[in-house]
Amino acid sequence: MTRAPGIAAAGLGLLALAAASLLTGVIALGPGTWDGPEALAVLAVSRIPRTLAALLTGASMAVAGLIMQMLARNRFIEPATAGTGQSAALGILGVTLLWPAAPIWAQMGTASLAAILGSLGFLLMIRRLPPTQPLLVPLVGLIYGGLLGAAVGAIGYQLDLLQYVEVWMNGEFSGVLRGRYELLWASGALTLLAYAFADRFTIAGLGREASVSLGLNYARVVAVGLLIVSVTTALTVVTVGMIPFVGLVVPNIVSRLAGDNLRATLPGVAALGAGLVLACDLLGRIVRAPYEIPVGTLLGVLGALLFLWLLNARPRHAR
Amino acid sequence: MIEIRQVSHRIGGTPILSDIDVTIPKGGITALIGPNGAGKSTLLGLVARLERLQAGRIAVDGLDVARTPTDRLARTLAILRQDGTVAARLTVRDLVGFGRYPHHKGWPGPADRDAVEEALEAFDLAPLGTRFVDTLSGGQRQRAMVAMTYAQGTDYILLDEPLNNLDLAHARALMQRLRGMADRHGRTIVVVLHEVNYAAHYADRIIGLRDGRIAAQGPAPEVLTEPTLSSLFGSPVRLGRVGEHTVVLHHA
Ligand SMILES: Nc1ncnc2c1ncn2[C@@H]1O[C@H](COP(=O)(O)OP(=O)(O)OP(=O)(O)O)[C@@H](O)[C@H]1O
Ligand SMILES: [Mg+2]
Repeated sequence: MTRAPGIAAAGLGLLALAAASLLTGVIALGPGTWDGPEALAVLAVSRIPRTLAALLTGASMAVAGLIMQMLARNRFIEPATAGTGQSAALGILGVTLLWPAAPIWAQMGTASLAAILGSLGFLLMIRRLPPTQPLLVPLVGLIYGGLLGAAVGAIGYQLDLLQYVEVWMNGEFSGVLRGRYELLWASGALTLLAYAFADRFTIAGLGREASVSLGLNYARVVAVGLLIVSVTTALTVVTVGMIPFVGLVVPNIVSRLAGDNLRATLPGVAALGAGLVLACDLLGRIVRAPYEIPVGTLLGVLGALLFLWLLNARPRHAR
Repeated sequence: MIEIRQVSHRIGGTPILSDIDVTIPKGGITALIGPNGAGKSTLLGLVARLERLQAGRIAVDGLDVARTPTDRLARTLAILRQDGTVAARLTVRDLVGFGRYPHHKGWPGPADRDAVEEALEAFDLAPLGTRFVDTLSGGQRQRAMVAMTYAQGTDYILLDEPLNNLDLAHARALMQRLRGMADRHGRTIVVVLHEVNYAAHYADRIIGLRDGRIAAQGPAPEVLTEPTLSSLFGSPVRLGRVGEHTVVLHHA
């Protein structure tokens, strides 16, 4: 196989992006201002955490989207639009209400639990849809996610918590500092767990019957997938806020080019997701410096463009 | 041996199968025939534990399908579903490779790779190995699905209308291969066939299903008679002979 050059290129690209991200921001870092203790402090407290947060979020949300698509057997959904992210926000809202001084792990636990329930509700709902109408699935997802999102908004408005809601629903990385993003490493760990389950998710993507025929405990594989998707999303919502589109666009691009065998494609999905989110975050810092454009806005534009290109690009014929 | 004891099945209150009691001995080809909606696919689905057993008992090679762990059964029994074509974007080689999953659980060895290559050869798929399944023609896709089932390498193989979409050369090649697997490797094959002539030529035994009940069963020559076939399908069927072959004239 000739995959080594691809892996090398992806690695170099990510490294270049990360280096650029470390050097880009309101406080100029570069030759000359490079080595003072202040520069090191900026790097350690802000730039490195921000860069890592973007990479971890991008990789884990892209993989979460991929898994959700395999479980639902539908390419047009992602946790950020189909109710998982909104449920997580609802969970944090609930815990903020009932236990304002809740420590981070309690917020995290509640958000995860709510996200699991929300995603489970979605999966159960789409099970009843006719398989001949694949576009009903994202439609139901949008309505479901929209309703949950509206509930979050309404409750937030009633209780004067809208500014928090804003933070959870529109993710961005400008607030990321050392000590505030480390939960995202758990997302990274879940992404590794997803890789261990890659074959099982691929088989689950063939459907329940094919899974059972091949000896898979289908319910357990779905449960593990649901857990990975939900907890990853909840972690993202709690730490940086919901990041849309990565989970939709990246798996679709990779599937188009390389297919759905997750053992082979999952690393590429993670790398592309990490690169895309970091690139958008970087772009957001550069375009209107010293102001920032939220990463979600840029992802929306870039994601939409990529998606249109994807719909129009002719599928590659292998022979 | 596949033992089916007092199996009944309902869907939403409607009886689909009633008191099915039949034993399929080890080795050889058993053809399952009968009109549309008779319950053939439902019965195969129950044997392959894809549907939950509501009443009765089924054992494959002594393994109770309701109680044996599913991954254990996957090494004894493989099934090709009637409408099981996959939508996922996998290459033909990867798809067939997943047939080996019950054996390697994600860590394929040389034996698994050999089995995949052999399955690709067997079904004339070697030139299509790198193609995505969703770019294949209907018959090519059907062959890929059959090859996946074949690669699973189980002693018991259930095939629900495997000849769907196959041209006459590939249909014959598939039936000959099944025959070879039964004769040389002692495999037990149950195959749903609509073209009774294939059953006449290749099957050792025939089970006729009608309205969820067993209407006829026995060695092929005993079941393939004009009155039995005519009443099974509710349509007049005549038998003729070409050389030493019995042919079923059902088309005119
Ligand atoms: N999910 C379902 N809901 C309602 N009825 C069903 C369902 N699945 C099967 N049936 C009914 O059960 C009966 C048996 O179906 P089955 O698919 O087993 O028939 P079959 O013998 O395989 O037919 P064919 O030759 O057309 O494949 C049919 O009348 C069918 O309409
Ligand atoms: Mg059928």
